[in-house]
Amino acid sequence: MLVLSVLEQGLIYGVMALGVYITYKILDFPDLTVDGSFPMGAAIGAMMVSGGMHPLLTLPASFAAGAAAGTLTGIIHVKLKVRDLLSGIIMMTALYTINLRITGKANVPLYNKETIFENKAVGALFTGALAPFGTLAVILLAALAVKYLLDWYLSTRSGYLLQAVGDNDTFVTSMGVDKGMVKIIGLAVANGLVALGGCLFAQQQRFFDISMGTGTVVIGLASVIIGTSLLKKASFLRVTSSVVAGSVLYKACVALALRYMKVVNLQSKDLKLVTSLLFLFVLIVAQDRKKVKANA
Amino acid sequence: MLELKNIKKHYHPGTVNEVRLFEDFNLAIPDHQFVSVVGSNGSGKTSMLNLICGSIAADGGQILVNGEDISRKKDFERQRAIGRVFQDPSKGTCPSMTILENMSIADHKGKGYGLGKGKNKNKSGQYQELLRSLNLGLEDKLEVKAGSLSGGQRQALALLMATMAPIEFLILDEHTAALDPKTAETVMELTGKIVEQKQVTTIMVTHNLRYAVEYGDRLLMMHQGAAVLDCAGEEKAKLKVEGILQIFNEISIECGN
Repeated sequence: MLVLSVLEQGLIYGVMALGVYITYKILDFPDLTVDGSFPMGAAIGAMMVSGGMHPLLTLPASFAAGAAAGTLTGIIHVKLKVRDLLSGIIMMTALYTINLRITGKANVPLYNKETIFENKAVGALFTGALAPFGTLAVILLAALAVKYLLDWYLSTRSGYLLQAVGDNDTFVTSMGVDKGMVKIIGLAVANGLVALGGCLFAQQQRFFDISMGTGTVVIGLASVIIGTSLLKKASFLRVTSSVVAGSVLYKACVALALRYMKVVNLQSKDLKLVTSLLFLFVLIVAQDRKKVKANA
Repeated sequence: MLELKNIKKHYHPGTVNEVRLFEDFNLAIPDHQFVSVVGSNGSGKTSMLNLICGSIAADGGQILVNGEDISRKKDFERQRAIGRVFQDPSKGTCPSMTILENMSIADHKGKGYGLGKGKNKNKSGQYQELLRSLNLGLEDKLEVKAGSLSGGQRQALALLMATMAPIEFLILDEHTAALDPKTAETVMELTGKIVEQKQVTTIMVTHNLRYAVEYGDRLLMMHQGAAVLDCAGEEKAKLKVEGILQIFNEISIECGN
């Protein structure tokens, strides 16, 4: 059961981590909007599901809402010339209220509702001994679809520019393209994916909680860093696959830590502490040894 | 035709560091002309290029391209018609992308960057041909990341990429200054070849007086925001390095250094 829940949550957070990968690795933009856009996706998913709408509709809706939030962060940064970190913080804080406005309350339980994971179609396909794997199968499908879509996008001309703008934005200007516009598009796609992850998460957890976004950026960054640094040697994996795998690995570490550290009286309420300590550990392990020597 | 009319540019206005670089600067460059620009540091060479490219705004005056005033256009809009190579070789390419990806982006300049496929496999033959003309062995390195190339290779690639799409102006900002003498020579020869082949209007800023004399059909020497020497055609062809070096020294002595 532990393995199953690690895989489920790891893959869901993997979708979110793909968004963080775009901002952190490709755009080189430390985007804190994700702490607000992840629960935003969750809030929209929860409200639509509890309102009895078709659960599949929650996916495009949450992506669009996240993309809108990312666009605003981009506009604040590019057009209003606010520093990248601050633009994200402003949006993150604003989204807290927006999310409360969407749901109307801090908690939305989703018991006995049709979700993307528990509905007639999934129930009919996964019966008997297979029943516990229905949710995982849907999550896997969703995570793979997002990964392949992102792979495709990054191989288009627009995707090339996105990579170029993080690499060398002078070059993008030389190509006669507004580099600010490219950044805004990147932030939109990234936060769209983060919100999509939040939407999946709320439906898998069967509830929405206003505080569920706290620390999203840490989990996302840890996944990206595990994926791009530690799994670098696994060159048969595409970067996007590595990031999703990194997210699963990270979730596994957190779960193991929580399970075996009961000895020192760690409880589930200590989750965020474990999360951040593990992130610190990942950062230290992932450090480039040579660089560290040169700095010393 | 590119015209700079009554350009005014002051740096740090209203402070003790105020520099009145351009007061009333005028320059006209007819189509297909190759202008070499020399001058000491702070003479306004790079400022002039930045003004044309829109990287900095003028405090007054007009910049006209074929009679149309472009001074209100944004930098990226202007640069659709401009190919620019910088002194720093790393500015002309994307280090984490492969040569093929870099060339694909450069090839699409001006054609829009939508959701079409980023690289066109059918074109790699054509790109290889272009790379072969550099004589740097890059034709077999299409899948190598631009960041792992040497400075000279990157600069040659940047020059090639700047001129892949149809452009009206080629702007070279001390593009050989960061290279070793031999590589600089290679890149300069390549520049001469490309400019002649494409017949593109070119402005080259250089500190190498020999390049300024050997290449181009007009020579401009800048000093304190003005052209102190401007000769083209036959007059330019007769110029010798010693001649301009003397003028150059005279200017410098005037300033007391």
